[in-house]
Amino acid sequence: MSAISRRKFVTAGIAATAGLSGIAAAAGLARHYGLAPPDCSGIYGPGETLTYAAHRLLAGNSPAREFPRSMISKEPFANELAPLGDDFKRLQSGGFSDWRIFVDGMVAHPAALSLSDLKGLPVRSQITEVVCEEGWSYIAEWIGTPLSEVLKACALLPQARYIVYYSIQREWWESVDMADALHPQTLLTYAMNNGDLPVGFGGPLRLRVPRQLGYKNVKFITRLTATDSLKKFGKGLGSSAPEGGYAWYAGI
Amino acid sequence: MAAAASLRNSESHRHAAFVRVTHWITAIGFIALLISGAEIVISHPRFYWGETGNVLTRPLFRIPIPSSRSTVPTGYGYVLPDQNGWSRYLHFQAAWAVVITGVAYAIWGFWTGHFRSNLFPAPGDRTWGAFLRGLAKYMRLRRPDQAEALSYNVLQRTTYLFVIFVLFPLVIWTGLAMSPGFNAAVPATVNLLGGRQSARTLHFLVSALLLLFLIVHVAMVVWAGFICRMRAMITGAMPTGTMPPRTVLTGPVSLQPERPSEERT
Repeated sequence: MSAISRRKFVTAGIAATAGLSGIAAAAGLARHYGLAPPDCSGIYGPGETLTYAAHRLLAGNSPAREFPRSMISKEPFANELAPLGDDFKRLQSGGFSDWRIFVDGMVAHPAALSLSDLKGLPVRSQITEVVCEEGWSYIAEWIGTPLSEVLKACALLPQARYIVYYSIQREWWESVDMADALHPQTLLTYAMNNGDLPVGFGGPLRLRVPRQLGYKNVKFITRLTATDSLKKFGKGLGSSAPEGGYAWYAGI
Repeated sequence: MAAAASLRNSESHRHAAFVRVTHWITAIGFIALLISGAEIVISHPRFYWGETGNVLTRPLFRIPIPSSRSTVPTGYGYVLPDQNGWSRYLHFQAAWAVVITGVAYAIWGFWTGHFRSNLFPAPGDRTWGAFLRGLAKYMRLRRPDQAEALSYNVLQRTTYLFVIFVLFPLVIWTGLAMSPGFNAAVPATVNLLGGRQSARTLHFLVSALLLLFLIVHVAMVVWAGFICRMRAMITGAMPTGTMPPRTVLTGPVSLQPERPSEERT
């Protein structure tokens, strides 16, 4: 009787140990292959790592869904904006002609690009859905310069693993891995539905990352930094989202 | 009574250890999913049909509760605190736990014949008559008899099969359909459901059915005998009228090796 129970107890112990070492080995592997998100420590680390790794292994370079022109939302929703500061208002009154986007970090040719510099690079447009983590969504046509073209123009160094991007609103900054940064649908967007990108939707410049939720689609972009590690940015969690309690990877 | 006798003699359990462990992991995970899911709904308690929908769109229906976002018109004069950060972290972690557990359970269930022998209705019960007789028994509020303490009746079997093979797969599918990253990899996930907002609405409705199942399940456990049924799902033992209490005690006693002498003799 007690022998059977002891055997079960030992078996359960071995199973639990095997399970835990399996998880530890998987975590090590995920880190080694760059499949662990920067906010993977903490109690929700296993879930975040599973999601991020699964998406990277499964989705690879696959494109976000694009829609026919007839499906463009007649009533897109701009969402709430934190108040825009004096810097923004000054640039706005000048028609954004003095708007600059600084590209630095792991690039051979750091640059400060104006909107017309950007418009001189290859243009791409796409009809994709903006998806908010709250549950709502809308479809619009987005026109802009692929982020990959900007990085190419600045000669991105091969050791770069993430692109950190900043809004003029200092509390809003994000980062994506190279899979999303070099993805053909990741656009520095300056036009929407055949007009200039309205301020409410992030004008004059918004980064569209259609395979991730709205909060990764930072409005009013002023700076891009290429880096091989996110440890020295903010609290080292990858972006402002995890510092505010939200996941870094927002493909779900 | 033959079943009870064999139970006593062979020390077999009402529920296999694998069923008990996966049951409780799923139970904890599902509660976490319910709480975090409700918190996420509070940030936008409006539901739409089709691909897109937002506060400027006419909803299919809305839940008359306050929201955690000031942009949602609710009719309430206040906004609840934002809980979506931890709710989303918890929701996806719990989903992984439930999905991995569910897949392991499904493989084990087919492999061992658990579904065939314990959940698929017994040969004599595969008729509408048997189903209606079972239903009539519930309608007359008759408590389960001895046989039903050891095996599920046809209504229970049908319900469990529906939850395991229809509701759980549906709630996972509709959940995945809302992931922009997963949609990019497998667009059919969302397209087959008629769009992202349809997927969200279906996810909510299937979750409501699962919550209904949980409520009825717990109510029936209480009604059939809470202590007895909980013991069956925790230790596996199902004491019957004819079973000596010794059988129930063997579990804990065997875990105390410091005074095993009386037990061994």
